[in-house]
Amino acid sequence: MLRLAPLLILALLVIPVTAGLGMVLLPAFGYLPVLGSEQANLSAWQMLFAQPGLGRSVTVSFVSGLASTALALLIVVLFLAASQGTWLDRSLRRLVSPLLAIPHAAVAFGFAFLIAPSGLMARLISPWLSGWEAPPDALIVNDPWGLALTFGLVLKEAPFLLLMSLAALPQLQAEQRLRLARSLGYAPTLAWLKVVLPSLYPLIRLPVYAVIAYATSVVDMALILGPRLPPTLSVSILGWFNDPDLTRRFMASAAAVLQLGVTLAALISWWLLEQLARRLGQRWLTNGERTRGDTAVRLIGRAGFSVASVAALAALVGLVLFSVAGFWRFPELLPQSFTVDHWQRSASMLAGPLANTALIALLSTGLAAVLVVATLENEQRQQLHPTRSLWLLYLPLLVPQIAFLYGLVVAAERWGIRPQMALVVAGHLLFVLPYVYLSLAETYRRLDPRWLYIAQSLGVSRRRAFWRVRLPLIIAPLLTSVAVGLAVSIGQYLPTQLLGAGRVPTVTTEAVALASGSNRRLIGVWAIVQAGLPLLGFMLAIALPRWLGVPKRTTPTTQSQG
Amino acid sequence: MKPRSALATAVALALVTLTAPAVAEPNPQEWEAVLADADGQTVYWNAWGGDARTNRYIAWVAEQMQENYNVRVEHVKLDDTSSAVARVLGEQQAGNDSEGSIDLIWINGENFAAMREQNLLFGPFAESLPNFALTYPDENPEVVTDFTLPTEGYESPWGKAQITFYYDSAQIDTPPQSIEELLTWAKAHPGQFSYPRIPDFTGSTFLKQSLIELTEQDDALYAPVEDAKFEEITAPLWAYLDELHPHLWRSGRSFPDSGPNLRTLMSDGELSLAFSFYPTDAAVAVMEYELPESVRGYVLEDGTLGNVHFVAIPYNSPHTAGAMALANFLLSPEAQAQKQSLSMWGDRSVLAIQQLEPSDQALFEQGDHHPSALPADALSSTLAEPHPSWMNALQEAWLERYGVN
Repeated sequence: MLRLAPLLILALLVIPVTAGLGMVLLPAFGYLPVLGSEQANLSAWQMLFAQPGLGRSVTVSFVSGLASTALALLIVVLFLAASQGTWLDRSLRRLVSPLLAIPHAAVAFGFAFLIAPSGLMARLISPWLSGWEAPPDALIVNDPWGLALTFGLVLKEAPFLLLMSLAALPQLQAEQRLRLARSLGYAPTLAWLKVVLPSLYPLIRLPVYAVIAYATSVVDMALILGPRLPPTLSVSILGWFNDPDLTRRFMASAAAVLQLGVTLAALISWWLLEQLARRLGQRWLTNGERTRGDTAVRLIGRAGFSVASVAALAALVGLVLFSVAGFWRFPELLPQSFTVDHWQRSASMLAGPLANTALIALLSTGLAAVLVVATLENEQRQQLHPTRSLWLLYLPLLVPQIAFLYGLVVAAERWGIRPQMALVVAGHLLFVLPYVYLSLAETYRRLDPRWLYIAQSLGVSRRRAFWRVRLPLIIAPLLTSVAVGLAVSIGQYLPTQLLGAGRVPTVTTEAVALASGSNRRLIGVWAIVQAGLPLLGFMLAIALPRWLGVPKRTTPTTQSQG
Repeated sequence: MKPRSALATAVALALVTLTAPAVAEPNPQEWEAVLADADGQTVYWNAWGGDARTNRYIAWVAEQMQENYNVRVEHVKLDDTSSAVARVLGEQQAGNDSEGSIDLIWINGENFAAMREQNLLFGPFAESLPNFALTYPDENPEVVTDFTLPTEGYESPWGKAQITFYYDSAQIDTPPQSIEELLTWAKAHPGQFSYPRIPDFTGSTFLKQSLIELTEQDDALYAPVEDAKFEEITAPLWAYLDELHPHLWRSGRSFPDSGPNLRTLMSDGELSLAFSFYPTDAAVAVMEYELPESVRGYVLEDGTLGNVHFVAIPYNSPHTAGAMALANFLLSPEAQAQKQSLSMWGDRSVLAIQQLEPSDQALFEQGDHHPSALPADALSSTLAEPHPSWMNALQEAWLERYGVN
């Protein structure tokens, strides 16, 4: 049974993605018999390339994706380098989970309201300092070059990369390395950059790639923060797929293929940048410089992550304020009155979506956790090296959603699978499973095998050893990865809406539908509900192991010493 | 027009007859049988879900349907109606001709035109609904005409919308009364007006409104677009927009992303003049704390574009009987009166209220008039929607001109 787990995982992930891509490729090259086209042709591409502003759309998608990833990674790396275990550092680290829990769209809404000319920041200085009685007419949100989008993305990517780094760090024996470097006269932050980072980066490389793929094709944040004349490629694709002029579906399909190309191009560019950085970095690593720049790195490292965290939290505060706001106009910093009307009115609509959201998240994450643990346990028992084919696990993260989901719906219809809860759960599994794997695999592999040797030498079967020894030891990281999985599931919009035909309303589908009505007070209510659920998951992930009294020590040696 | 639509009806009828034996459809003519079939069905009603008040009204309708007809109504909340059109097409593409996932769509205009063209709709059914007669279609042709296309019974009227401007009377004394005055006004109040980015529905409607006021050749707008004449007819519109854009919000370098977004910008104080497709929008926004009480609504002096919105049944709906029962209930005086009431939703009725029984008329009597709502007689000057092909043509031309800043 266990041996089948990896195959099952690959089948569950690869078949839907390839089927979906296939069903998009066919119309992209002119094959869509319902619309009376059975001849392969390139007219969809000709139409696509004739679209005004296509070049700019592609450029903004590509650049904002790469730039936001680079900036987020820089912030995380500098923060880790500067992190000295002070109170501030620890508090910032603790912010990771809540920041991860806030859905992308909610961050985008909140951030837009923070930086808009009529937003919180402008209100803070108006009119006493700025003299603005009416908001200035400045193009900040939706700027043509996607700067607002890029910064918005950073707010969500930085916590994710930090969590991934924190999960990978323990296996590097960073403390020992640092002690050694310090003893050779290296200043703390430089020591971290020179001896820890080069080993850390390979471990967080896949998450970085996943972030690039996500950022180049993101829809929800781009709709809210991105440019509008023209919008990013992904937003244009969404519009074309939904165009009542049905012949546009050919062009939409071609554009989806182009999106795949843009994402691939961004990934390749990043890989090239990696090579370049490695070349250039080599000399810097060994140049013997021990102290120069230490203070600057420390200051920037703390400042960068603090600013990102504060901005994300301020965005959240804006949403909370709106959810209880009466009339509230520029330049007032706070609403004139407060009311619970918006909450009361939403309350009756919350129950069904909440139940669906929880059910789907628990099912998909539960399945994902079982499959991932089975695969990893199999790997350990067979003493396999992590197989190369496992990169296929990340296929759903690397192929943009918008490029295969529309095709997947058609494929599912063709196979006679009607939209329903089960299909939605399967759809969520596509995205939940890779993230659970991503956040658990390294911890699982580095677990000291001697625990199990001891157990087995005492005559315990492998199965029993797994349940009695290994599982309790990995329960804390397992729960964290489950929390990540829950957060991923709760945030899914397109898979839920498309695979469920809208019949399985979740908090997120309701929030997106309401967002189209542009009522910030209601958006605030739903965004907070949407953020609250995964936050609950993270809190449980931290609290449960304590209640269960799970042992903290993970190596037999430390126990014998202690 | 006439021969073409007759032909379309013939083709559609032929199709219905052909598929009838395979898909035992209920016959709309036998209403008792329809209700019997509907008993116990679940109707998935796909309707834009961006407005909490609309959602609340639909929830009320669902309760009534459950109670009176034992039909369960599930509101599938869409962020964009065309995604439902795309889904039905996807199902057709996959050969799912009888087990579609949508039973009823809130629809009109180009979405309806697209679905009719692809034969994606069930019907004709609307004229057989018992309550349909209350709309008195012979005297109110707008309930059987959708963007100039005859509905031919493929959609049933539900409510009425009309472009309504609103402004903050505390800041502005005399709002512009025509599209031409709007330009002068915008020059005097730079950055305080905008319209949603094309291809947004409300934004496209602004283009049509402007075109109707600016062009001399109104008749051409009510027939399919002729490429040869498009440039000539629309030239005044582009000249107008070229002049208007620099004085818009963000100097026309960006546009709000939807109709409701105009309201948010108004509430932020970024705009001081805006418009909506829903005449009661401003009054409702005041009630929901979004706009100041000094906001007032009005209609341009030569009238504004108005249209009727409908509900339609996809061809592959497995619950056509339930969907028809629902469509019929939506046309009942009780449901229409609830819908029109400002405390529920505030969407205007499609029934000929003056011709109803006095007891039914009484249902429509509202309490006090909201100061931000339109005066009762303001909506009499309604301009008809152009042919749907104009929408596409205008959108493409706009994107060509202004799509890249």
